[in-house]
Amino acid sequence: MPEKNLMQLSHPGRVGVTMPASDVPASAEAIPPELLRDVLRLPELSQLDVVRHFTRLSQLNFSIDTHMYPLGSCTMKLNPKVNDAIAAMPGFAQAHPMQPDAQVQGALAVMHGLQRQLAEITGMADASLAPLAGAQGELAGVLVIKAYLESIGERRTTIVVPDSAHGTNPATASMAGFDVVSVKPQPDGDMDLDALRAALEEHGPTVAALMITLPSTLGLFDRNIVRIGEMVHAHGALMYGDGANMNAMTGQVKAGDLGFDVMHINLHKTFSQPHGGGGPGAGPIVVQERLAPFLPSPHVARPPRPPLPQGERGSLVAEFVLEDPPQSIGRMGAFGGQFGVLLRAYAYIRSLGPDGLRAMSEAAVVNANYVQARLRGAYDLAHDRTCMHEVLFSGKRQKAQGAKTLDIAKRMIDYGYHPPTIYFPLVVEEAMLIEPTESESKETLDAFCDAMLAIAHEAETQPELLREAPHTAPLRRLDEATAARKPVLRW
Amino acid sequence: MTTEIRRTSEQTTLTEPHPYIPMTDDDCAAMLATIGVASAADLFTDIPERYRLPELRLPDALSELELLQEMQALASRNQTAADYACFLGAGAYRHFRPSIVEPLVMRGEFLTSYTPYQPEISQGTLQTIFEFQSLVCELTGMDVANAGMYDGASALAEACLMACAVTGRKRIAISDRVHPNWLSVVQGYAHGRGIAVDVQPHAAFVLSDEHACLAVAQPDFFGRMSLGAAAWGEAAHAAGALYVVAVEPISLGLYRPPSTYHADIVVAEGQSLGVPLSYGGPYVGLFACRDRFIRQMPGRIAGRTTDSQGRTGYVLTLQTREQHIRRERATSNICTSQQLIALSTAIYLAALGPRGLRRVAELCYEKAHYAADRIDGLAGYSVERGEPFFQEFVVRTPKPVAAVNQALLDRRIIGGLDVSDMLHNRMLLCATELNSRAEIDALVEALPDA
Repeated sequence: MPEKNLMQLSHPGRVGVTMPASDVPASAEAIPPELLRDVLRLPELSQLDVVRHFTRLSQLNFSIDTHMYPLGSCTMKLNPKVNDAIAAMPGFAQAHPMQPDAQVQGALAVMHGLQRQLAEITGMADASLAPLAGAQGELAGVLVIKAYLESIGERRTTIVVPDSAHGTNPATASMAGFDVVSVKPQPDGDMDLDALRAALEEHGPTVAALMITLPSTLGLFDRNIVRIGEMVHAHGALMYGDGANMNAMTGQVKAGDLGFDVMHINLHKTFSQPHGGGGPGAGPIVVQERLAPFLPSPHVARPPRPPLPQGERGSLVAEFVLEDPPQSIGRMGAFGGQFGVLLRAYAYIRSLGPDGLRAMSEAAVVNANYVQARLRGAYDLAHDRTCMHEVLFSGKRQKAQGAKTLDIAKRMIDYGYHPPTIYFPLVVEEAMLIEPTESESKETLDAFCDAMLAIAHEAETQPELLREAPHTAPLRRLDEATAARKPVLRW
Repeated sequence: MTTEIRRTSEQTTLTEPHPYIPMTDDDCAAMLATIGVASAADLFTDIPERYRLPELRLPDALSELELLQEMQALASRNQTAADYACFLGAGAYRHFRPSIVEPLVMRGEFLTSYTPYQPEISQGTLQTIFEFQSLVCELTGMDVANAGMYDGASALAEACLMACAVTGRKRIAISDRVHPNWLSVVQGYAHGRGIAVDVQPHAAFVLSDEHACLAVAQPDFFGRMSLGAAAWGEAAHAAGALYVVAVEPISLGLYRPPSTYHADIVVAEGQSLGVPLSYGGPYVGLFACRDRFIRQMPGRIAGRTTDSQGRTGYVLTLQTREQHIRRERATSNICTSQQLIALSTAIYLAALGPRGLRRVAELCYEKAHYAADRIDGLAGYSVERGEPFFQEFVVRTPKPVAAVNQALLDRRIIGGLDVSDMLHNRMLLCATELNSRAEIDALVEALPDA
């Protein structure tokens, strides 16, 4: 039984909460009639209506808290509840973003600490927490590159992007005013150095940067990464790192050591911010020294100061201050960043410590390789080699048997698993990108692999079972074509 | 908690189990055997040897108890509205958050799900998006809305880019009374796309056929509700430009929606709909427009449809605008929608209903006007009048605002925003339903001594 929408549940005269009467005398100054609203149509529900409606809706979702969620490239790991408790602490939750720095030293201490943690983990000089999402971190990073190149009098207009990249990479390059040139991977999944060389030579002095995800969206660590960086730098271009897959690298290797000049980090992936059904995330960027002056505003600094005399009021001299980097690209949002997200990331890093972070990435990689080993016989591998934190299969064998990757994904729902990322990366036919994360136990992985093997068998013997899946979800397959052709976007 | 590291064949093992990492030594050994390697280190050989396992200079791990203690100590270094009367607004507003909002938002099924790629098991999120879009349309009076943007400022920037895409023009006009931080975001986005930004004196706009849009804020940064907003819309249209209006959602409980004064695109910071201040984020940007611009709209959109059994359901739709399909030709690179915060605002509006929202807006109006009237009567202080205001107003102070605010802080009051860099010795004060009469009276009594 589908849940009615709020307006269908509305009944005039009901309220979910009452607001107090005014405790001040009414103003003598009335609102000019030409500014007054006459009609305000909003649903009217009792408190129980509201509670029950949203509780029921929640129950229609799969989530990490309820199901294994091996969505490749999204790092659906445990979201520790303690981090939510921290974000709700009144001293954080009620801090106003326009308060003077001296009044919010706790918040700024956390942000400064996180800037340093992220710079240390990635081997970069500095960090900005301003970008409000991974895609906006990309935009900030590319705008930093643009501003840097402009500052040294270079007008470079092209960004090279592997065609296995997330769609945000080319979309970001375009938003920042760059033309996009794509390069294909070679058959083993690493970047085709000849194709890169050709692209660099053809576009030569106009290339501003290579945007590359490491490990790649194929789940592979590019063995030529250092060589790639040298080639890019030899052409006067910069190395942009998409940090979406940092869960495999944390504590194992630092991007800064590998030749990256700027990288964004998805705090909602590697550092466990809950994904919230599609945000909020956060996309801090880390940069090498020469790019630091261009970072977004604001940046948290800890200026060296003489010690305070005894008894001096500390509130007049702030230890941590917000500042505008000298050649900043400007603000990414109204305030300093997704503070609640930043808090959770800081707490997550403090919970794991250096050894925990390394154990985390190691377990993530072991888990993915274990899934690869167990499913190798049943599904075709896009690249049969050691993977990193995620493993990329192709459903082409099952497609030939009569069940496409989409059908496999829908059948997984019946078995109680959120499907993996499918049909991405675009360069692999019938792609299925599985990322188990370090959070899942061996028992869970074994049950998951057993289900995948059972589905492979079903594809062989009764593919129609897959084509009609899901059978147990709240709804069957939805008509997306009509939704797009005749859009109904509101009640 | 001690976390000495023990290396066995270059394998990282924690001496203590960690609650976030269930893998035991036994598990690992069994899994490595299945994989067919001797140690976990063998899985990392694609990484150049000389860069592997770098030192991480970070403090040791904390147990949950230690973490909570450390974070509580940091939280208590902030002086906030939790312990102080607060009269700060300027783009982020304190409002009462009904008790039902938090437990519903924090349900794990909402909190720990992701983008609804698989609609059959994401109807909770998808229907919420549809309802959020509908609520934004009701509030703003516009035809369609998206699932949400990062915040109000980035929503405004995207609206300006969208106006350029719609009109094919590369120059925008924007009021100098848009929030200065929002202006910075607009300028950054515009610079990327090579779009010129004319920041024009408020209410003295000069538009030409080069302008893709006129963007204004109503109320403006100083809290004023202008009577000229409809005329500006007509002027924008006369120049063939779109009219972009940034609004304050709570004000829409009392004031006419921008659809009635010719807006083509409406954006807003959704934080005031009961979202905690949280030092600036996460918030959510509201984004709505006229029907005919749907296909140039950035961001996610949910639509209603049916399943194969004819039952009503919801899906993400019109995705050919978006980066994962259109790549470099997408309307924007955005690929999330601050969904959890959008959900929070939807629950807030569902709980308040029209009656509650109007009452909150009235309370803000009354309290702010009461505060303004009393402050206006103080020697040396005066309130800038002229245009009507909603919940914020500008006060001229007899001495530097920083000194006034420091004195207020000693009386446990967080004063208004110092806007002296724009207007000499001026403070921007805000009052909402959370400011009691006693707090306002205390502010009024403290000011003469400040």
